[in-house]
Amino acid sequence: MLELALKGDRKYWGLVIVLLTFMGVGFAVYLKQLDFGLGITGMSRDVSWGFYIAQFTFLVGVAAGGVMVVLPRYLHDYKAFGRITILGEFLAIAAVTMCILFIIVDLGQPMRIFNVMLYPTPNSVLFWDMIVLNVYLLLNIVIGWNVLEAERNNVHYAPWVKPLIITSIIWAPAIHTVTAFLYCGLPGRGFWLTAILAPRFLASAFAAGPALLILLCLIIRKFTKFDPGREQIQSLAKIVTYAIIINVFFLLCEVFVVFYSRIPSHMSHLQYLFVGFHGYHALVPWMWTSMALMVTSIVLLVIPAARKHEGVLAFACAILFIGTWIDKGMGMISGGFVPNPLHRVTEYMPTLPEILITLGVWATGFFVLTILFKVAVGVKEEVSGVKDTCESC
Amino acid sequence: MENSNRRSFLKVAGITALGLGTKPVLDVFAASGGKAEEPKPEVYKNEKALIAKRWGMVIDTRKFHSKEDLEPMIEACHKTHNVPNLTEPRHKIMWLWEDEYKHVFTHMEHELINDRIKHLPFLVLCNHCEKPGCVRACPTKATFKRDDGIVLMDFHRCIGCRFCMAACPYGSRSFNFRDPRPFIKEENKEFPTRMKGVVEKCNFCAERLAVGKMPACVEASNGAMVVGDLEDPESEVRELLRSNYTIRRKPDLGAGPSVYYIV
Amino acid sequence: MNDKNRITFGLIVFIAIVTFPFWYNLGKASSAPELKLSEKAKAAKECVKPKEIMRQEHMQILDLWRDTVVRDANRAYKSGSGKTFGMSLSSGEESCLGCHESKTEFCDKCHNYASVAPYCWTCHIAPEEKKPEENKPEENK
Repeated sequence: MLELALKGDRKYWGLVIVLLTFMGVGFAVYLKQLDFGLGITGMSRDVSWGFYIAQFTFLVGVAAGGVMVVLPRYLHDYKAFGRITILGEFLAIAAVTMCILFIIVDLGQPMRIFNVMLYPTPNSVLFWDMIVLNVYLLLNIVIGWNVLEAERNNVHYAPWVKPLIITSIIWAPAIHTVTAFLYCGLPGRGFWLTAILAPRFLASAFAAGPALLILLCLIIRKFTKFDPGREQIQSLAKIVTYAIIINVFFLLCEVFVVFYSRIPSHMSHLQYLFVGFHGYHALVPWMWTSMALMVTSIVLLVIPAARKHEGVLAFACAILFIGTWIDKGMGMISGGFVPNPLHRVTEYMPTLPEILITLGVWATGFFVLTILFKVAVGVKEEVSGVKDTCESC
Repeated sequence: MENSNRRSFLKVAGITALGLGTKPVLDVFAASGGKAEEPKPEVYKNEKALIAKRWGMVIDTRKFHSKEDLEPMIEACHKTHNVPNLTEPRHKIMWLWEDEYKHVFTHMEHELINDRIKHLPFLVLCNHCEKPGCVRACPTKATFKRDDGIVLMDFHRCIGCRFCMAACPYGSRSFNFRDPRPFIKEENKEFPTRMKGVVEKCNFCAERLAVGKMPACVEASNGAMVVGDLEDPESEVRELLRSNYTIRRKPDLGAGPSVYYIV
Repeated sequence: MNDKNRITFGLIVFIAIVTFPFWYNLGKASSAPELKLSEKAKAAKECVKPKEIMRQEHMQILDLWRDTVVRDANRAYKSGSGKTFGMSLSSGEESCLGCHESKTEFCDKCHNYASVAPYCWTCHIAPEEKKPEENKPEENK
């Protein structure tokens, strides 16, 4: 099926070349990082995880979010989503690819990465994260490929694929739960030390993932002959609406617990993020922007008339995606490190090389996504050419 | 321990020999068969090595008055272990350093604390916890707790994921953000440096204890820092703990730090 | 199929690339370096294991030793013949480099020839080497 990715119009090749350029630049800067060390980033002794791990965390969410089309299709037999499950699965592949790359670029000694398997350590959450992410990647590759191939050949997918699909549905929340456990089990890091961290991660994941999917569906409709379908997009929009409301609700729960209990080691991080702490407030404008974007998106999404208007929906999804990205990709990780366990403040901002490497990884993910979506859309176009209505598959 | 080492060594040797064909294997058997009575190689600890069931440290802060008083210990530690002196604050590497009461004992500070304590610099280092969070977090067992309580780093194995740094509630760990060598003024040839991309921290002078020497900081402290066996009621540290009121850092987290402060 | 020429061309390119290292290095092979033992090592006569084993397996031994030293805190070694050694690469008289005094002669020569680059010395510090020029006058005295 991959040959479908080799035939495209000028816009397609233009996109591929742009992505390859970013990948190339990112790779070149990464070589520099390999040579010099992680000192070219903005990370420090106090903020020892930065932009890379934050992107990783956010993207695990996007990957898990893909399940929001797979689950209704297979567990609730919601047939309309049958048309777009492949998009959810392929989005998950691209997102997990980025996750793995972000882990690799964050390592100080990446050539020793296989030590994680040579000396398996079940008490380390990172060991489990490695397992769940790789299995999820594999599941989605196998499922996505087989189901799409079956669709192309106009047959039902092989019976052994079904148990894998059910597994992948359970696996999706697992990857983000384990990722949250990386943070929320650490003593002395008050910001993360909360049982609601995993639910919060999942809520923002199930908002951001499907929101991105809606945007991708709209783009596909505009540029290809395949229409993911109005009903499908509207159903996704409802999922996004619930998820983002729950996400903001969880955040407010957090704010209540922290500020009513007034335990300084829990309070100081939220203070740093939203009002500044001891005169340090680099992230304050970002966090309020994030809040404003998320709340605006809620307002637009809960009003049925607005949600049903696809232009408004696209706008709401875009600002929601940016808002949740700031929340997780900027605030969530460095917020947990500031102030440090000795109550000192070292602020963090990514450096230019760090941003270029990050862009390189994002470009790689979108490159994978472009290729996979091209294949998927190619098959969909083929099939609809053969048979005009394909509601049953 | 020694037995299993020997076994795994023979296993490796055997596998390697197999890979090289049968002749070397036959040679090895012939060689060992010829001198059947020759004892097998052994690995063991130096007779002079200082040993304990659980190492701990007591720092008598009454003997310190200013930052200058702490410098000899810090310098001794950093010199012994080739700790680089990086000028960029973000990349700082510290095994033993000083900080104020309100930063060291974050859970116990209050506004009206007496002036001596308020302005007194405290020595801070890895607490060699009983239940170390860093060891729990490490995905490769590069950081591990020895049977004698010392929490060590295996620099050969560290992949530089920095999970241990997030897991340490005492900020005791540093990461090599760049090659440390150019920032070491005088190299101690008896101890390795580190390479970029690995985490490091105080090792309780495991390499000195192994040859019967006290930790470098203890040696330089004029008796203000004492190490010993926390499980031996007759040890000097236990005597100090019996006769003085001592505090530990963040005991409420349950990590069980093994460094005690007399205040 | 009418792609015969293209396939043949592709195959030729493929074979050329795959065999590149062979013809690139053609005629450049140099003879294996001669290992020159230090006076101290010659005098000691024996190493932790017989010479042949050391030659083939020193990397496994070093790998095992570093775990033994760092993780089990066993730092001394008694060989089959009863001789004791310090299980260290470069610290102390009884270490590897304590006897094989020259890193350039003992380690680098073969490693360079075999094109392997172990990273031992990015952390461990090799003892300072006595230059041959400095040694000679002493011998003449």
